[in-house]
Amino acid sequence: MAELLIKHLSSPEWLAYTIAALVHCGLLLAIALCSAAVGEWLERKVSARIQDRLGIVRVGGRFGWLQPVADGIKLLCKEDIVPKAADRPLFKIAPYINFCAVYCAYLALPFADGWVALDLNAGAFFLLAVLGLEIFGVVLGGYSSGSKWSLYGAMREAAQVVSYEIPLGLCVVLIVVVSGTMNLVEIGNQQAGWFFNWYLFHDPFTFVAFFVYVACAVASTNRAPFDLPEAESELVAGFMTEYSGFRWVFYFMSEYAAIFVVSGLGALLFLGGWNGPIPIAWLLGLTADNHEFLGWLGNLLGMCNFIVKAFLGMTFMVWLRWTLPRLRVDQVITTCLKYCVPIVSAMLVGAMLWSFFLPGGVIAALTKPDSFPCSAWERTVPTLCVGGERDSGAARKEARMQSLPAVRSHAEHGNEGYFQEENR
Amino acid sequence: MQAERVQPDTVEFDVRTDEMLINMGPQHPSTHGVLRVVLRTDGEVVSSVVPHIGYLHRSAEKIAEKLTVRQYLPFTDRLDYLSGMNMNLGWALTVEKLLGHRVSGKTRHLRVIIAELNRIASHLVAAGCMGLDLGSFTPYMWTFREREKILNLFEEICGARLTFSYLLPGGVKEGPPEGWLGRCEAFLDQFEPVIDDLHALLTNNAVFIKRSASVGTLPPETAINYGCTGPVLRASGVDWDIRRDGEPIYTEMYDGYTWRVIAPVGGRYPDDHPYPPIPREAAVGDSWHRFFVRMLEVVQSMGLIRQAIEKYAAAEGELDKPIEIRKKLPAAGAYLETEAPKGQMGFMIIGDGSAIPWRARIRSSSFCHVSVLPELCRGVLIADMPTIIASMDIVLGEIDR
Repeated sequence: MAELLIKHLSSPEWLAYTIAALVHCGLLLAIALCSAAVGEWLERKVSARIQDRLGIVRVGGRFGWLQPVADGIKLLCKEDIVPKAADRPLFKIAPYINFCAVYCAYLALPFADGWVALDLNAGAFFLLAVLGLEIFGVVLGGYSSGSKWSLYGAMREAAQVVSYEIPLGLCVVLIVVVSGTMNLVEIGNQQAGWFFNWYLFHDPFTFVAFFVYVACAVASTNRAPFDLPEAESELVAGFMTEYSGFRWVFYFMSEYAAIFVVSGLGALLFLGGWNGPIPIAWLLGLTADNHEFLGWLGNLLGMCNFIVKAFLGMTFMVWLRWTLPRLRVDQVITTCLKYCVPIVSAMLVGAMLWSFFLPGGVIAALTKPDSFPCSAWERTVPTLCVGGERDSGAARKEARMQSLPAVRSHAEHGNEGYFQEENR
Repeated sequence: MQAERVQPDTVEFDVRTDEMLINMGPQHPSTHGVLRVVLRTDGEVVSSVVPHIGYLHRSAEKIAEKLTVRQYLPFTDRLDYLSGMNMNLGWALTVEKLLGHRVSGKTRHLRVIIAELNRIASHLVAAGCMGLDLGSFTPYMWTFREREKILNLFEEICGARLTFSYLLPGGVKEGPPEGWLGRCEAFLDQFEPVIDDLHALLTNNAVFIKRSASVGTLPPETAINYGCTGPVLRASGVDWDIRRDGEPIYTEMYDGYTWRVIAPVGGRYPDDHPYPPIPREAAVGDSWHRFFVRMLEVVQSMGLIRQAIEKYAAAEGELDKPIEIRKKLPAAGAYLETEAPKGQMGFMIIGDGSAIPWRARIRSSSFCHVSVLPELCRGVLIADMPTIIASMDIVLGEIDR
């Protein structure tokens, strides 16, 4: 976008980059807040239907579309209460830390090919690291509230989120190994084409890892059945007990924004990201090769696809919350350390061995022996040779072209194994 | 009793070395009413529990010394407010025992229908609230939806949804309206699939079993020593139901009915119905079994209601009229215990020749269940406290009176 501004408006470079950055931040803030608002509406409606009642039906027509807006306005107008025993500066800053951490994750989350605020080569790593900062907001909030119950909630949260970062990270590392890159845009592009290109169907190990990822994502965002820190029946609202009005809104927004982020990350890593099950954009010719605007349209379609997948993940989490009771804290930690971590470690080893010895994904290996195998070795070797940077659009374009079905059948590469250096 | 409970594998023990005194205060989303429980905890592990009651004390027994027995009936509704009809029944039967009054068969059959319908309603609240305390909100909504239908039936018959004052000493207030019995049966027919839904969401749910199996195990001797009754006693394996084993004036209400007492005698439940399987983690006397006993009792109550509807339709004669408002009581006393949904509810009335009793005493089951909490909760985690309290199914109205 900065290049656009420089080209068309001939503005100085620093100004163009600043404006581009601000626009990006604004767009992402809009998406983060919208995800919170839609998440709240989704929660109330889906929970109502599961519980055999209607849900919100008053504000904004028959389906209550404007209820989140009304809630936001109401909470803005509430009295700002800071408990007497609270540590004032920490109490005030804690929700903002929480929200900032989650918002930073949005900066690295790609919504379509190239549509990402920060195209980092270590995007996956950055995202995980930043999501872990959420802990500070929670622990500070619980401690500074000056109430034993809030402290309990904060302590439980600390234990839980820190424990679940381990298997969550291992699931992401698994995909990094299979794909050969930590660049989230690359990971998305490698899954272009039909749905069997998705890493979910790449090999049985990633398939199992997806379900472990889902469990860890639910746990690290404190959703039921792992919502002990906010256990309403026991601790009133856990670490959020003493927060009211707009301070509480920040916690609430960051929770739903985090749910969107982990759902989006799961969609990106396992379910193809912005690539649909059917490559409609490619079939309709909405690619950048035909025309830049058509490419932009194709990307828009991809972004819609991505958001739909993320919201499907959110709906699943809402469904899960209103179906299952919550686990006790020691059961939560047991699930993490005794079940999630060993399973995902085994899957990691399996996926590494698979990627090393077998070409391509399961479907490709079994059904299309002529297809271009996207094995990690073949991707890693040229990367190492070139210098470890996949920054040029040409390399990206080439990789994308190779994985498309039409090109695949006309590929000049022979594909029996990974000893294909003579054809490269 | 709890000394051999295995410590949880990883609990976040804080650096604190002293114990924390925590108040699960009177206002709390989880305790079933205004109960204050003071916990002494070491991190998450509870070492001692002291319940404090009295926040709902309304001098019910003293008020009984000022009103006639018929005037006092509304006060009994407010004891166990979730099963008002059973409270009314207990009071009415005690007065009838004192006066030596026997009601006709038709009235007895109607009383069975009403009492068992209210048993289902009360157990629905217990099941839903246990799910709620464990974090499962959906079964709570479903059980209350079914309870609404029962309360609608009660509203048709006596005009009230919670505080009925319907089963008067000597008879009932009014007979059921036209088609009421058919609506009862229609309710029972549509209720059966809902029980299966509740089994799927709660009884057989892996998370629910993990949270409640082997939690708060009450050995049968302790249960008897502390005076526990009802589902709590039966879940510990004691085969005791006062509808079968009580005084004749009460047990004759259930004469001629086919039903089973639900208790895991020798570890096995009665097999008159395809009940869900018992998980292997559950020990007899734990929270899961207390929950399971209530679910099975609902099925038994449904059978009782169906039989009672047939017997009521086939019975001859009229419904009894209640005793007069200022009926003089003899100078004697009578004590009678009935099987309320939560346990055995005992009423004692001592008359002195006038219409106003000299003394009335109410013995509630929840009082004993709350008193056994310190015994059960030694060494559990804080998160197990709502589970155990919910499985006891206490209601503060009858504890504090």
